[in-house]
Amino acid sequence: MFLRLMRGVVRSMRFPLWTAAKLATVAALLFTAAQPLYALPGLKTMAIPAFARKYGLPCSACHTAWPELNNFGQVFRDNGYQLMNDRDSPIWQNPSYFPITLRMTPNWHLENTTNQPVDSIPGGGGASTLVSKTVQMNGFDLSGMDFWTAGTLYKNVTFSLLPSSDATATFHFENAFVRFDNLAHSTWFNVKVGKFELDNLISEKRFLFLSANGGLYQNYHFAPAGDTNNFGIGDNQLGVELTGHSANSYTRYGVAVLSANEGTVGFGNGNNVVNAGRTYDVYLTFSQAFQAGSQGLQRLGAYAYFGERPTYAQTSAGVPITGLGLGNKPFYRAGFAGDFFLLNSKLEFLPLYMHGYDNVYLGIGAPANVPLATACPPTVLCQAPTWNGGFLESHYYVNPQVVLLARYELIRMDHQALSSNPDNQSNIDAYSVGYRWYPIMFSRAGLAFHNEYSIVKSIGIVPLSGNGVGLPPLAANGKVWSGSLFIGFDFDF
Amino acid sequence: MKPKLYVLVLLMGLAGLLLTAGATPCFAQIDIHIHTATGPMESHVGNVVGHSEEGAKLYRRFCIGCHGPDGDGNGENAMWFDPTMGFVKPRDFTLAVFKCRSTPTGTLPTDEDLFNSVTRGFVTTNMPQWRGLTDQDRANLAAFVKTFSERWATQKAGAPIPIPPETPANIESILRGRVLFQKMECWKCHGPQGHGDGPSAATLTDSKDVPIRPYNFSSGSRFKCGETNQDLYRIFMTGLDGTPMPSFADNIQPNDAWDLVHFLRTLQPMNTPEAALWKPYVAAHGKELKPIGQEQPGGGN
Repeated sequence: MFLRLMRGVVRSMRFPLWTAAKLATVAALLFTAAQPLYALPGLKTMAIPAFARKYGLPCSACHTAWPELNNFGQVFRDNGYQLMNDRDSPIWQNPSYFPITLRMTPNWHLENTTNQPVDSIPGGGGASTLVSKTVQMNGFDLSGMDFWTAGTLYKNVTFSLLPSSDATATFHFENAFVRFDNLAHSTWFNVKVGKFELDNLISEKRFLFLSANGGLYQNYHFAPAGDTNNFGIGDNQLGVELTGHSANSYTRYGVAVLSANEGTVGFGNGNNVVNAGRTYDVYLTFSQAFQAGSQGLQRLGAYAYFGERPTYAQTSAGVPITGLGLGNKPFYRAGFAGDFFLLNSKLEFLPLYMHGYDNVYLGIGAPANVPLATACPPTVLCQAPTWNGGFLESHYYVNPQVVLLARYELIRMDHQALSSNPDNQSNIDAYSVGYRWYPIMFSRAGLAFHNEYSIVKSIGIVPLSGNGVGLPPLAANGKVWSGSLFIGFDFDF
Repeated sequence: MKPKLYVLVLLMGLAGLLLTAGATPCFAQIDIHIHTATGPMESHVGNVVGHSEEGAKLYRRFCIGCHGPDGDGNGENAMWFDPTMGFVKPRDFTLAVFKCRSTPTGTLPTDEDLFNSVTRGFVTTNMPQWRGLTDQDRANLAAFVKTFSERWATQKAGAPIPIPPETPANIESILRGRVLFQKMECWKCHGPQGHGDGPSAATLTDSKDVPIRPYNFSSGSRFKCGETNQDLYRIFMTGLDGTPMPSFADNIQPNDAWDLVHFLRTLQPMNTPEAALWKPYVAAHGKELKPIGQEQPGGGN
């Protein structure tokens, strides 16, 4: 009966049977590879590397499921990676201790993207035309690698340095900052300088999804079709941040002043012709948590990012000078987010709402030294693009070692930059489901088995995952479904 | 991707889940067998009622690494806490002996004492402040800690000692406290200047014969059992059970204890009200003060 059902399912997908068989074999091999883990004798599951090794705490002390922080972990982070027990300074550590964490995820994944413009004759040629097709790739792969070191330089002076690589070992500084904590002997004044993650209530850097389509919040990186603003609220930024919190971190605030360069280092960086505005953005956050009896801790917060981006660059003999952006135009993102627990803290909901606005010049990708009447196509109304978006993510913690994941995310355009755009162009719907199982959670290292399926429907734009051929569909209102199936081992040490 | 592929993915996920869920109990944090000495316990902290069954889950999650599955302080991390390097071994809950109590020496602490200890943590040890947990969670943990010793099933917690209103902090009180510091031989452990370097300091051990160091007032850190004058008073009168720090409840009167509190505050590097009185006094009358730390039958002044 089961085989008949499976055969029916495979047929209905119009999948070649051998493809399905290969999929099943790969899955079986991966699960088989996991079997030796079951046989490990009497392992206690403790947790995360650098700080767990320093303090001897299990990873579950700071994480609901790593890498997502629980409130104790939030307090620890808010205190500048200190437990505040007068044993944080390096002088109290064994001299052989060095705070390094490595994280990587060997995996098998499948990427499937519909409505992609490809040549009708593979390889091109005179008679070839662009046609819409589904593009699919699958195989074993590596994620990027995090090589993270963070800790205490002295009491209330902490640091973080995270050289991160892509899968080909090309490194960049994901974060690098020094932090001065508890200024004036108050938890309400902490200053951080360098490159760091924005103080988002729902962190994309410590969330539980890994696939190409699910491993990012669409809202955190969204730009409408034709928009040249590359800002993403999920991207680490360069600047200075003042944060404060109550002793238990129930009340938190943050004010950050950030360079308008999208976290890209080097004024003359070649990628920065337009992006390096010589202005500063501001990010504001506030959140308040409250206890709800046995349900656990509930948190609600608001945020707002106000920034500017240049629309053209200073030139020399007509050649743009990198880093000298001009014609800054404003944009903002604002909204609220929450973190709610039910069922004795076993069920977690993470809702987020975001409203986005980009100046019309950013929206149509035109330099601001050109009058709008000239920059705007004839017979078309140009206006500032605005949109509303949000998501609802849920985690069910079966136990400290198994977590089930689900997320629905959407973005709806409110005003298109060009009135000629279809109303629904750039709209996005994203669905993700998955689970993580943590067979090894020592205070020395961790390993998670991760299985996730994510699918994103975007209209008239290239999917943020960059799957397929990385181009928008041929029709402005063409729907692109981009799916990811991900199975891998997420380890850190 | 064809929509029906969802079904395949779902089936794969379900298969994986069944496999993993089935395997998890093999060596899961949730499956570590915890040995308790009593049945379920409750704790009562204000309006919050803690339940040990819930506390057990939290204990596995947060505490077991140090305090161990048997609650005897022999968790997997305990071996790294070397007392000769200044670290403190995790508490052995099976003895039901606790340093920080509001109750007389030798008695069990109140639920609120346990709750406060979890909340406050223990400065200069690896026991962090657990303020990040909810009141309910900390009450649950307090209830669970009680299941490790039969004492909780057979004995009641002691009654909290009364703390009379604090006497005025003035020079006279500080001077009387200084005399008591000499007379009660506090200096033998804590040192003449309160640096924790008295002649007995190096020989001290706790009730499990593990080396232990007296508090160094000049460190400026919080006291183990709080940071207010009331907390310091309570420490004198209850003692820190399981350590060489005795209770002085039978040896000094409440007013004397307040005098001692006022003097000890002058040994700290912070700008305490007592230090503000004491510094100019010492500048003017320092030569008249007999040094602390010598055997002085008549007491020092």
